Amino acid sequence: MIPERKRLQALAPVLAARAKIVRAIREFFNVRGFLEVETPLRIAAPPPEVHIDAEPSGQAYLRTSPELHMKRLLAAGYSRIYQLGPCFRRGEFGARHHPEYSMLEWYRTDADYRDILLDAKALLQEVARQTLGKTSFPYQGRPVSLDIWECLTVSQAFIQSAGWDPAAEFDADRFDLDLVDRVEPSLPFDKPTILLDYPASAAALSRRKKDDPRVAERWELYIAGMELANAYTELTDAAEQIRRFDEWNRQREVLGKEKYPRDEAFLDALGEGMPPAGGIALGVDRLIMLLTDSASLDEVLPFRAQTD
Amino acid sequence: MYSASDLRKGLKIEIEGVPYEVVDFQFVKPGKGQAMYKCRLKNMLAGNNMDRTFRAADHIDQPNLEERDLVYSYSEGDDYHFIDKETYDQFSIHANIIGDQKFFLQEDLAVEVLFHNGRVVSVTLPSFVEKKIIETEPGARGDTATNVLKPAKLDNGYEIGVPLFINAGDTIKIDTRTGKYFERVSRG
Repeated sequence: MIPERKRLQALAPVLAARAKIVRAIREFFNVRGFLEVETPLRIAAPPPEVHIDAEPSGQAYLRTSPELHMKRLLAAGYSRIYQLGPCFRRGEFGARHHPEYSMLEWYRTDADYRDILLDAKALLQEVARQTLGKTSFPYQGRPVSLDIWECLTVSQAFIQSAGWDPAAEFDADRFDLDLVDRVEPSLPFDKPTILLDYPASAAALSRRKKDDPRVAERWELYIAGMELANAYTELTDAAEQIRRFDEWNRQREVLGKEKYPRDEAFLDALGEGMPPAGGIALGVDRLIMLLTDSASLDEVLPFRAQTD
Repeated sequence: MYSASDLRKGLKIEIEGVPYEVVDFQFVKPGKGQAMYKCRLKNMLAGNNMDRTFRAADHIDQPNLEERDLVYSYSEGDDYHFIDKETYDQFSIHANIIGDQKFFLQEDLAVEVLFHNGRVVSVTLPSFVEKKIIETEPGARGDTATNVLKPAKLDNGYEIGVPLFINAGDTIKIDTRTGKYFERVSRG
């Protein structure tokens, strides 16, 4: 028997769990009145985030996230939407990164990042119950429970683990290095941990906090040492959005990276007005790793993505 | 110069003049942050490990390493003398660098010597060498079990565990990577 056949046959239990998890996710949103939407995979203008590179596809790009299209739906009045589908990021490859992967995004209007946190907690607990029959389980030999979630501000976490406050004085290079070398390794393994209120300079597409503009309403979810999701109170101010896109493109140019075109349709939609909203992107393959006790993405995907 | 994307297990790099080997490495990319490579590095001079994270944009020095095939000639105290059979260049290497492998050296044994900027970093022996046992309790004839060991001595004083059927005068094969008995080659 050719080795691939053996490998694929051995994956049967994980692929069955994978299908069950995906069904449970859809069920969770369907019964809560979220509309499942599909937006284009091939897009003209990816968000020009400094460290996220899009895979070119002819004159266009494969989407790095469905975010901008989903916000156009919010601006048009859709109040609860979700999407589960592939995204592509050039050059990302490792035990927890594949250049093609499944992302779940959901958005709700008249909500902020705290409402999204309640959604995320309910979703993960529900999906674990549907697929494992329980919310506590082992991951790589250590216990994990989804029952109690811990919140920690980015400032608290950095002061504790790295000895400085990035909200007071931001240094992007030092922030990234200390995050992976000091902060992430000291987060709890056994319970979901929310890193909350990112420095304004790392706001990405989130809104600044009204009572503390040094930080932005953004959180990241970590479980068992794995980063699973990134959530925002969405930025709805078109002028601020344009400033950020231009600044990111400027930084991309400094790094010798390609600049991306402005997504005018998205900016027009923001300009005309978008209701306040919360939104999130969650790595589905990593969630499947967690719930199937798998050490790497290769163990939960039948095929390795094309790398070049 | 290497760039961070060249990093992989087994790559040899240089940091502040010290050669390191990458023994483990992991691609990481936090949130919206930059791509980084978390590495475990083995100091090729001191032998200890350290962790270092490189950013995608980092440039990494390439060490000036040279591997030469030498043969062992003789020792004088703690100095072990080797010779390059092609150029007749001679090298004296201190026992500290050779470690316990010094017990397995014998005249004309071919070894691989790694140099960093002309300085010896390591000496690698063939995986197996043959040595004569000069002292051990008399063997239990017919006892062919290899999992029960008794102490034995080589001519240079090295103590090694051997199966019960081995006698003084027998020649055995030793795995130089573990320093342990491998098999009997001939009876004394």
